Amino acid sequence: MTNYETFEYDVLVIGAGGAGLRAAIEASAAGVTVGLVCKSLLGKAHTVMAEGGMAAAMGNVDDRDNWKVHFADTMRGGQYVNNWRMAELHAKEAPDRVHELEAWGAVFDRTKDGKILQRNFGGHRYPRLAHVGDRTGLELIRTLQDHGIHQGINVHMEYTIVTLLKDGDRVVGAFGYDRERGRFRVFRTKAIVMATGGLGRAYKITTNSWEGTGDGVSLAYHAGAELMDMEFIQFHPTGMVWPPSVKGILVTEAVRGEGGVLRNKDGKRFMFDDIPDNYKSQTSDNPEEGWRYTQGDKNAKRPPELLTRDHVARCINREVKEGRGSPHGGVFLDIAWIKEKIPNAAEHIKKKLPSMYHQFIQLANLDITKEPMEIGPTTHYAMGGIRVDGETQMSSVPGLFAAGECAAGLHGANRLGGNSLSDLIVFGKRAGEFAAKFAKENDFAALDLTQVEAAEQEALEPFGRAAAAEGPYRVQYDLQDMMQSLVGIVRREDEMVRACDEVEKLKARAAKVVVHGHREYNPGWHTALDLKHLLTCAEAITRCSLDRKESRGGHFREDFPEKDAEAAKVNTVVWKAADGSMKLRREAITEMPAELKQVIEDMK
Amino acid sequence: MKTVTFRISRGDATGSKLVDYTTEVSEGMVVLDVVHKIQAEQANDMACRWNCKAGKCGSCSAEINGMPKLMCMTRLDQIPIDKPVTIEPMKAFPRLRDLVTDVSWNFRVKKKIKKFNPRPPDAPDGTWRMQQEDIDRVQEFRKCIECFLCQDVCHVLRDHDKHEEFIGPRYLVYTAALEMHPLDTEDRLPELKQAHGIGFCNITKCCTKVCPEHITITDNAIIPLKERVVDEFYDPLGWLWKLLRKKE
Repeated sequence: MTNYETFEYDVLVIGAGGAGLRAAIEASAAGVTVGLVCKSLLGKAHTVMAEGGMAAAMGNVDDRDNWKVHFADTMRGGQYVNNWRMAELHAKEAPDRVHELEAWGAVFDRTKDGKILQRNFGGHRYPRLAHVGDRTGLELIRTLQDHGIHQGINVHMEYTIVTLLKDGDRVVGAFGYDRERGRFRVFRTKAIVMATGGLGRAYKITTNSWEGTGDGVSLAYHAGAELMDMEFIQFHPTGMVWPPSVKGILVTEAVRGEGGVLRNKDGKRFMFDDIPDNYKSQTSDNPEEGWRYTQGDKNAKRPPELLTRDHVARCINREVKEGRGSPHGGVFLDIAWIKEKIPNAAEHIKKKLPSMYHQFIQLANLDITKEPMEIGPTTHYAMGGIRVDGETQMSSVPGLFAAGECAAGLHGANRLGGNSLSDLIVFGKRAGEFAAKFAKENDFAALDLTQVEAAEQEALEPFGRAAAAEGPYRVQYDLQDMMQSLVGIVRREDEMVRACDEVEKLKARAAKVVVHGHREYNPGWHTALDLKHLLTCAEAITRCSLDRKESRGGHFREDFPEKDAEAAKVNTVVWKAADGSMKLRREAITEMPAELKQVIEDMK
Repeated sequence: MKTVTFRISRGDATGSKLVDYTTEVSEGMVVLDVVHKIQAEQANDMACRWNCKAGKCGSCSAEINGMPKLMCMTRLDQIPIDKPVTIEPMKAFPRLRDLVTDVSWNFRVKKKIKKFNPRPPDAPDGTWRMQQEDIDRVQEFRKCIECFLCQDVCHVLRDHDKHEEFIGPRYLVYTAALEMHPLDTEDRLPELKQAHGIGFCNITKCCTKVCPEHITITDNAIIPLKERVVDEFYDPLGWLWKLLRKKE
């Protein structure tokens, strides 16, 4: 590797959001050398956008809560196609991971008796989300960052990985470039933790930043790893819809947790009209009781606004389609109404939802303490991703681990709000721990120079093309439009068949885009390289969605609107065949042990 | 549709020039939207840093008509657009390319500040107890999104280039968050006085004015820290008291 600057680490972590940082801290604590690659500056990853909180059954606010309730809630929310072992570990370990953050300097909001305060959230039976106002993600990432920088982790900021390097079946390295100068870099490593987050940028309306291009999912896929559950995309019910430039930006579920209600243009609280059977016993059927729930009345049932995100998003979609939407194509989310219920409501809202208050004042010129917000569904989260072992987080490729949003399993068909931040710390830790173990048990392998050279050549091709060729942004926009309209919140066979053709056409166009300028901090070039990842994810989403002929969680089929008992028994898995094509199979879900079945039965 | 002209500073460490781009804009757009539009349609290779586009990550700091701001939180209807809008990179840091600066100094400074060091847990299960009113102030400081606009506007860094002697408002806020954390047991006052140069700050409050998170940097963080340093090192009565205590 004489031509490339080469770094050598026992464990290489790709991605520096909550999961990546937590993995790096754990691996480093295990005594191995750790490199951490982040696409942006440290501390800027998409984790900062998480608002509501992290779910952990600590029972600080309601002592009826425990891991069993959390486990059952997660499985019910995921409609039982979750990796039950991950759901179990997550529910059991989340409280310790949250307490650990406090030991590292996190400052959560408090209960009256000085413990960590917990709030209500959709699909969680009891108040369970540890939080800091509505900026919990920032608190999480900053805590891990400020702890992590003293752990001897070597951080590579603004680096992008373009391919993984293999030796036989095993991953042994990675190849990428630094953004600043566009210089190529080689990483030689014994184990890799993939923690690259989401793929929302495959859609036009999304909460995800430019980074959410599915890099990790695609890198792992092209390195031979299996992907799972790619059909399950979460459309968050409440994204901003106006002004146009902010369309898609997240409006936290905490607005509803604090008493916010959804209304259509006639002022009607439409969520009362459609409460799914499996949630009827826990959902209130009148506004008064719903309000009492949000104010901490333990005997009250939750309002229907706090049903799971997949369901709320579809109800909003229905209101809009049937002509009962707001002026800019959403519905109304109203927190200002609570002034009827409590004194000093404006101050209360600003204290509980400070960043929402600022977001709307600054971006939409709207005071949420006085007026309702206009909101609509926005692509938020990929439940699917790299298929991993529930205990160790290792993928089907030896030495390649994954944690956080880019890994599949924990959330099944639909993720509960608050289960993402806890996912990051529980499975970030596990991935770091087992990657370190793998690194201790395996040696470095020789890197294959031909793989590196091929990757370099591929990465540089866009510079050499005819100046008149198409630029990368056009292809990206067309892909986003296509996925939004053909594989969005409501799906149909004929549209998805068309989407498959469109993906092929877009692949052909992406292979011809031209990039102008040079390699130093050139966003056009970065966009061109990201296209491969976006297209890989788009193809996987489309193929998996076509194959699941039922509606479940984040996957809704207009042509198969009901759940299918047979489909409940399988996960959809895709992988890259030797000829380069994408193959698909239905993988039977292993049977849950009797004691976990019993937990679910008891919690019904 | 209106049109607007953006006068964007382009170049690298060796030199730069202002380039005019004219484009159509629509209602509700922010400065970052216009920069993106220009990037997509006219200048694919124009460098700018951004992530969340919602004022939460602090990546898109720049100087808009000379004022340090987040591009994603500056609406076009808040600035005059009948004449060209100047967009320049932060001046307190070396430019990498176009609107992107090398802010790595900030990350190095943070590493030099002693980390959080909590007292032993209060409860047998390893947890602590804190009252909300005791953490309100620290939570204000922890809202910081590390956009470094306060560092950019601080004349000690911007005009006098004291990067080696002064840690800047961001890291005074960071130190204050640690020093005022109810659980923390570390003492950071000696280095605050010496290596971190708190004395350089002459409380002009420019940092407070530009903070997009509205942290009252000067009044709530820097002045109380200055008072602690004064109490520790310059208060004659306190000195005497410590001297006597030592003798005992």
